[in-house]
Amino acid sequence: MAGKEYAKEEEFTIICRCEDVILEEIHSFISRGITDMEQLKRLLRVGMGPCQGRTCSALLAGEIARTTGKYVGDIKFTTFRPLAAPIKLGILARGESHD
Amino acid sequence: MTKTADAVVIGGGIVGCATAYNLAKLGCKKVVLVEEKYLTSGATGRCGAGVRMQWGTEPNCILARDSIKMLENLEEELEYPGSIEFKQSGYLLLAYTEKMVEQFHMNIGLQHRLGIPSCWVTPEEVKEIVPHLNTQGLHGATYCPKDGHCNPFKTTDAYAQAAKRLGVEILTYTKVTDLPRNSDKIKGIETTAGIIETPLVIACAGAYTRQLARLVGVDLPIYPERHQILVTEPVEPLLGPMVMSFYHGTYCQQVPHGGFLMGLGDPHEVKDFNEDSTWQFLHETAAKITFMLPVLKEVRVVRQWSGLYDLTPDKTQILGAIPEVPGFFVAAGFSGHGFMMAPVVGKLMAEVMLGLEPQYPIEMYGVKRFAEGSLYVEPSVV
Ligand SMILES: Cc1cc2nc3c(=O)[nH]c(=O)nc-3n(C[C@H](O)[C@H](O)[C@H](O)COP(=O)(O)OP(=O)(O)OC[C@H]3O[C@@H](n4cnc5c(N)ncnc54)[C@H](O)[C@@H]3O)c2cc1C
Repeated sequence: MAGKEYAKEEEFTIICRCEDVILEEIHSFISRGITDMEQLKRLLRVGMGPCQGRTCSALLAGEIARTTGKYVGDIKFTTFRPLAAPIKLGILARGESHD
Repeated sequence: MTKTADAVVIGGGIVGCATAYNLAKLGCKKVVLVEEKYLTSGATGRCGAGVRMQWGTEPNCILARDSIKMLENLEEELEYPGSIEFKQSGYLLLAYTEKMVEQFHMNIGLQHRLGIPSCWVTPEEVKEIVPHLNTQGLHGATYCPKDGHCNPFKTTDAYAQAAKRLGVEILTYTKVTDLPRNSDKIKGIETTAGIIETPLVIACAGAYTRQLARLVGVDLPIYPERHQILVTEPVEPLLGPMVMSFYHGTYCQQVPHGGFLMGLGDPHEVKDFNEDSTWQFLHETAAKITFMLPVLKEVRVVRQWSGLYDLTPDKTQILGAIPEVPGFFVAAGFSGHGFMMAPVVGKLMAEVMLGLEPQYPIEMYGVKRFAEGSLYVEPSVV
């Protein structure tokens, strides 16, 4: 891909929909040597939104692999944390007894 | 592989990164920071990152007051291209009993003596500051508008980047496995990536600092304790200050991003390295916080996690040289409030390590207070 076209595509490619992180930002961090998914998550918020990385983790791992030349299977994902899906505080407050 | 360094910092949290930066800034030529995982993988990346001057002991008031002053200009000092997201929208500490009212008035007296702009507010005034707060059962609160919140990842990154520009070498995914000595004196560190010879070592390893000190035969009274925390989806601005209740053991703050961070101090927590998340925590926190802030009932939790406090018997940090082992220094035992003190602590530790006169005497933070029984018991901790 020609450099210029690529840059344009980067600007419009959203990697993390929840937190509005575009490919260009990911590339700028990777070029600073930050190629660890845990670090990218903390510095860019990629994967921190309501979907908790279910959409973007694979895209991000692919991008890290592509830019670093690593095998994608060697890119370590971030720790998946509870909850499995967003739940309202009001519902959690009622606990086990009311359901 | 054997390398040499003028000083080694163990731990890539906010305290280690701030110390490494200050060492280099004060002219220490070859500084190496060693971190077992990645930067902010410890308590720093798991914390609430609230910053407040409203403490109940002089040592904590001073460190927090001066750190907050430094945070106001930190982006410029560190020439950080991003933002550390420092927001000063205050801390509201709620009093639900007569005893708390009394304690808080004592705290305010101390704070005013130290130039901290805190004040007592009535339930009506509380309602003006946080209209959404349920004031049922509330006796009043103390409020300090200069308290606030920072982004812990960005703040650590700012120190790490500035340190690197000054020549500090940061080794991540490298674990310190031993601390070799020459008679009593520190000779260097042994790591999973080889040996580094150095005359100066500082352990800023949070809850793991006790293990490191044991390697040189020193037993520090630092205990790990799990603290759980959760974050919600981002919503429109609803809450200005951090709201904290020692009665309920809770805190809750809306960060600039729009999400609410909230946590709970569990008095039954066992002192070990367990970092699991529990359903019980979600339920109890949700019940207490929606009582205080009913408007949050409709807001969704997206993630929960936990981190370790590095507790000391008086809930006050241990800072300084370890006299039995020349060349070995410690900055740990922050007992749940180390993020907000790191700017000053990093500076003090670098000064002490390099044999310079520190900004203020730090003997009061020394480990020998436990043997002498001259403790600073901090009453205002969640
Ligand atoms: C849930 C929670 C909420 C909190 N809320 C607040 C708050 O609102 N405000 C506040 O000021 N503080 C808060 N704290 C406390 C705060 O997080 C800590 O006091 C602070 O981050 C301590 O930073 P540190 O650099 O000393 O330690 P850490 O961030 O724990 O860093 C220590 C580092 O040392 C590394 N390490 C350990 N052993 C080794 C080894 N052998 N070799 C190499 N590296 C090693 C670890 O991997 C770790 O990264 C909270 C803590 C928790 C858990």
